[in-house]
Amino acid sequence: METFTPISSLVGGSLIGLAASVLLLFHGRVAGIAGILGETLRGDGTRGEGVFRAAFLVGLAAAGLTLRVVYPAAFAAAGSSSAAGLALVAGAGVLVGYGTRLGSGCTSGHGVCGISRLSKRSIAATLTFMAAGGATVFVVRHVLGVAR
Amino acid sequence: MMKTDSRSVLIAILSAAAAGVLFGVGLGISGMSRPTKVLAFLDVTGAWDPSLAFVMMGAIGVHCLAVVVAKRRERTPLGGIFHWPKPAAVDKPLLVGAALFGVGWGLGGLCPGPALLGAASGSAASILFVVAMVAGMLVRHASARREAARSS
Repeated sequence: METFTPISSLVGGSLIGLAASVLLLFHGRVAGIAGILGETLRGDGTRGEGVFRAAFLVGLAAAGLTLRVVYPAAFAAAGSSSAAGLALVAGAGVLVGYGTRLGSGCTSGHGVCGISRLSKRSIAATLTFMAAGGATVFVVRHVLGVAR
Repeated sequence: MMKTDSRSVLIAILSAAAAGVLFGVGLGISGMSRPTKVLAFLDVTGAWDPSLAFVMMGAIGVHCLAVVVAKRRERTPLGGIFHWPKPAAVDKPLLVGAALFGVGWGLGGLCPGPALLGAASGSAASILFVVAMVAGMLVRHASARREAARSS
């Protein structure tokens, strides 16, 4: 059972918006994590772009390491480690990787940066992935009755 | 032309790294890095937790101000251009991709940013998720190359 946390969610969201703003104002870049990771994998672009992406990802990883020590609750309640649970995690990962590259963005690129620009594509994508995510949880929890 | 003197390069690297740290801390504080919280947000007909709507409000509220500022400028302080995504139609790859992403998000409770953050924190499930996500990305890159080769 998760509790409603409007204040910390609003504060954390504002930091995410601030981070995206630093990338936009200093680098002229959209802060889409799927895009930054995907372009890093493809090795596209100039050396400067590669350095910028690597620096961002190193910063993100440093935050993950630090939070683990100072605020482990950020990661609490991991899923089941049964074989079925692990297969589900892997399948979900493949769908997220393929889908975000085919659809040109994820929660940050479309949901935060795109909506802030009032991009029609990003609004359509965000409504679609929210609806698909909601439908998936509905089927898993209320049709199949799997408690996750 | 992007400035390439050592001071500008240093500012570019440090600001990108700082953005990564801020982004990660924001994800952690907001609850986005907890799969159970994401799933509770998506579970509208169950024990719904609307917190993540507040994450979106905070992020969009701050970022749309930056968009307004950026739109009025020709160049970044470092001399680079703004790489605005080109306006394009809502097409099938966009919607199919977003739908597949949504299904994966609803199954795992992780999207790319929180997955990377969790993997860096040492969470085994997040590391597995990231490996699978990278595989999914590489599959899409390969199919995009084949499509490009066919149409050229």
